[in-house]
Amino acid sequence: MEQLQQTPSQTVGPFFAYALTAEQYGYPYDSLMNHTLVSPDTPGQRIMVSGRIWDGAGATISDTVVEFWQADAKGQYRTAPIEQNTATHTDRGFLGFGRVGTGTLPGHQFQFTTIKPGAISTGAAPHINVMLVMRGSLRNLYTRLYFADEPVANAQDALLNAVPAERRATLLAHRTEVNNEIRYVFDIHMQGPKETVFFDL
Amino acid sequence: MEALHEKNLPQSAAPASGTDVHPPHLSPAYKSTILRSPTQALMPVRELIRDLSMPVFGQSVLREFDNDLTRNARINGEPIGERIKVAGKVLDDGGKPLSNVLIEIWQANSAGRYIHKAEIHDAPLDPNFLGGGRVLTDRDGNYSFYTIKPGAYPWGNHYNAWRPNHIHFSVIGHQFEQRLVTQMYFPGDPLFDYDPIFQSVPQHARELLIAKFRMDWTEAEFALAYQFDIVLNGRHKTPFE
Ligand SMILES: [Fe+3]
Repeated sequence: MEQLQQTPSQTVGPFFAYALTAEQYGYPYDSLMNHTLVSPDTPGQRIMVSGRIWDGAGATISDTVVEFWQADAKGQYRTAPIEQNTATHTDRGFLGFGRVGTGTLPGHQFQFTTIKPGAISTGAAPHINVMLVMRGSLRNLYTRLYFADEPVANAQDALLNAVPAERRATLLAHRTEVNNEIRYVFDIHMQGPKETVFFDL
Repeated sequence: MEALHEKNLPQSAAPASGTDVHPPHLSPAYKSTILRSPTQALMPVRELIRDLSMPVFGQSVLREFDNDLTRNARINGEPIGERIKVAGKVLDDGGKPLSNVLIEIWQANSAGRYIHKAEIHDAPLDPNFLGGGRVLTDRDGNYSFYTIKPGAYPWGNHYNAWRPNHIHFSVIGHQFEQRLVTQMYFPGDPLFDYDPIFQSVPQHARELLIAKFRMDWTEAEFALAYQFDIVLNGRHKTPFE
């Protein structure tokens, strides 16, 4: 069968916030997704994941859109359609999908509230799929977050094992506990010695 | 041998394959890419991330006028500018129409001004125009929305830099690799030759970003119409698969 040519990618530009992350930035429009991937009754270990995006000169990037897409505590992705017209509805169940911009928190952080995902199959380590777009990037950037406190599972994970050993650490989020809250820090480096591994899909 | 050779090249220096329509990550004429593009080869993981579906959005996420930017932010009248309809189909690259694809759109107003707080271009805001909206494709992959034709605007990339008229699109398809962020342009724009963002796309693929004027889709006494079809990454199936 003849292949159609894909529509080329272009940058998200600097002015996405009033459409893609309106509620977070305080614009008068609603948001279908935000920093919360879970509803109050979602089973699983509640975690907060934060991080920053660093450019090649060591500066934090203030205009990135970060998207998370992950499985629930049992390792299942959501398949039921997402219904309801704003992200503030509490009855949407486990979404597993979230989006934030890096322009509203100190230090240009992104911050997600979620649960630690389960492994999607035996031999796979728990992980979160991460997608970035930003001003100054002409294409999507895909990477994955793994948990540094899962060394046994990580050692078996096929994708992590396909990454050159010396670069695997760029995909690890590190755990801390602050006021009984479990937090993971996942920094993303566009360039330099700690350059994050990005994927070609 | 070839793989080894590629591995030693910075990703951005690797020649674009003839079929690749996407811009390279590093495109120095667009200055912000210089510090924001990966320097290492992207890791090919297609076989390791198979069949990863994206979230599906139901019709209830849409509100009345989400797909009509001429109405969704009115305060005391019609927004100023040329009313247009943009419509098209979302397909995968095998030609299959994709239903329930979420398309989010944003743009400048007819004077070339975004409402974004960081926008400093000295052109008027329109109290009746936000410039943001969204739509889902129907069961046959079709979408349409009404808006105001956006104006050109200056930006700081180089002396006297202007962006051609464009509408930003964010598209969430069915699969993880069907996430697309792009821009739709208008036919015959004299700024194409001077815009490093448009020019970052390989020459053979630039026309894919330009909407077609459709006289037969215009609405008499109401709106001109443009067609913009969107083709997303599909699994490149070989006859053996
Ligand atoms: Fe723009």
